Amino acid sequence: AEAAALRERLRCVKHTVLVLSGKGGVGKSTFSALLAHGLAADETKQVALLDIDICGPSIPKMMGLEGEQVHQSGSGWSPVYVEENLGVMSVGFLLSSPDDAVIWRGPKKNGLIKQFLRDVDWGEIDYLIVDTPPGTSDEHLSIVQYLGTLHIDGAVIITTPQEVSLQDVRKEINFCHKVKLPIIGVVENMSGFVCPKCKNESQIFPPTTGGAEKMCQNLNVSLLGKVPLDPQIGKSCDRGQSFLSEAPESPATSSYRNIIQRIQEYCDLHHFQEEKII
Amino acid sequence: LLSFLPERSNLAGVRHILLVLSGKGGVGKSTISTELALSLRHSGKKVGILDVDLCGPSIPRMFKVQDNDVHQCDSGWVPVFVDQEKSISLMSIGFLLEKPDDAVVWRGPKKNALIKQFVADVAWGELDFLIVDTPPGTSDEHISTVEALRPYKPLGAILVTTPQAVSVGDVRRELTFCKKTGLRVLGIVENMSGFVCPHCSECTNIFSKGGGEELAKHAGVPFLGSVPLDPQLSQSLEEGRDFIQEFPKSSAYPALAHIAQQILDGASQRSS
Repeated sequence: AEAAALRERLRCVKHTVLVLSGKGGVGKSTFSALLAHGLAADETKQVALLDIDICGPSIPKMMGLEGEQVHQSGSGWSPVYVEENLGVMSVGFLLSSPDDAVIWRGPKKNGLIKQFLRDVDWGEIDYLIVDTPPGTSDEHLSIVQYLGTLHIDGAVIITTPQEVSLQDVRKEINFCHKVKLPIIGVVENMSGFVCPKCKNESQIFPPTTGGAEKMCQNLNVSLLGKVPLDPQIGKSCDRGQSFLSEAPESPATSSYRNIIQRIQEYCDLHHFQEEKII
Repeated sequence: LLSFLPERSNLAGVRHILLVLSGKGGVGKSTISTELALSLRHSGKKVGILDVDLCGPSIPRMFKVQDNDVHQCDSGWVPVFVDQEKSISLMSIGFLLEKPDDAVVWRGPKKNALIKQFVADVAWGELDFLIVDTPPGTSDEHISTVEALRPYKPLGAILVTTPQAVSVGDVRRELTFCKKTGLRVLGIVENMSGFVCPHCSECTNIFSKGGGEELAKHAGVPFLGSVPLDPQLSQSLEEGRDFIQEFPKSSAYPALAHIAQQILDGASQRSS
């Protein structure tokens, strides 16, 4: 009956994309935030961004919503809106101070994730983006279990070029196979740095084993794109602004936009195929 | 029963235990753990690293022993030695996986059980320092590790951050975790603090600058130093090389050596 209540609430969600990585700090939240902004640029689309990183919720800051609180109404919890068509939910909104730590074991985290899915009044959504913490544990099992893999279009997996990241990301890809979660593709973030002064490129995170490209070839997964390092990305995130709007000329922006488009195309195709089945 | 007494346990021969924490992922906990171990070794110390990141164990590869197996002895598991001199020993779930790409898809209770075993059942022998590398967050692994280590009175925790506000925001929560669990904060390290272009020497603050230092000031904890982005360091970690030995002129070396010195000073103060 609980599962049914969840499914009922999520019936109005057209497309769901999970943003995953085995590795921490590769840019999942950054990507989730930009994906949300990118999709919401079409004002006819309703976008929802759900942050299930319970211990390290980065999304409120990145979306310029730090300090916002969640309001309850008769129909459930209200997401916090960045734009009219872009709503956000995160444990960050439930904490009263930036020093508050959520020191919870797995079962309690799972309980909150269930509440996020059951009690948030998202309304009709075209895209639900779920930002996750690194790893393959409670949060990941729970989100896949509660949403049900049939209702998830797929996962976007973020990595950086070096083997230290790839070795964790391969595990994440195996996790997806294990739970039968389709993989939309992999994004290689922090892919090279061009010095603003002399324009020479440095591989700060060197692809010693061939980077995401080789890994994707070996594992038969799509490489959605490579995004270079750009100091403006971190700055925009810290200021809660969309990097895509603040630095439209950056090579990183064109990379992100191409990747977002490919994800949109995948979702449209997925929807089309689903409709065919029905 | 005797093994429950701290004096008789596998940690009885370990002089100082310290944890490397961060609320944030990908800031360089394993990197700092590795370089700290290498630096301490170069000061003549015997060091162990306990890697309690069960989902993303990075430590074995950083010492080029990712293909090693773990063996049992009478007192428990034998840690993996990275060299003939047995100056650095490691324990990680990475050594227990059948295939390196196998995902450890465990919920909390199973993770907690393994962590308890890791803390109690590794036959470390005599060590000057045991460094405990952790995954990001403030959850099962952290709660279980701190609880299991409490009887052995750890020296404290090093908190690693990168300069930008998004990282510092998570590390503030980790500071709260330390306060709530009674874990002393040895200091904060600001990693990935600036990049000096090897071609023209222009410094770019790719991940901003100063956030770690500000946080240390705000929280009243020692600031252990800023480590710059250093492609030679990244390369060394990829290849499992001894950066401290092989690249003393590289840009990250001074800061890493300074961090180790402060830990040594802090530990000898505590001993006396």
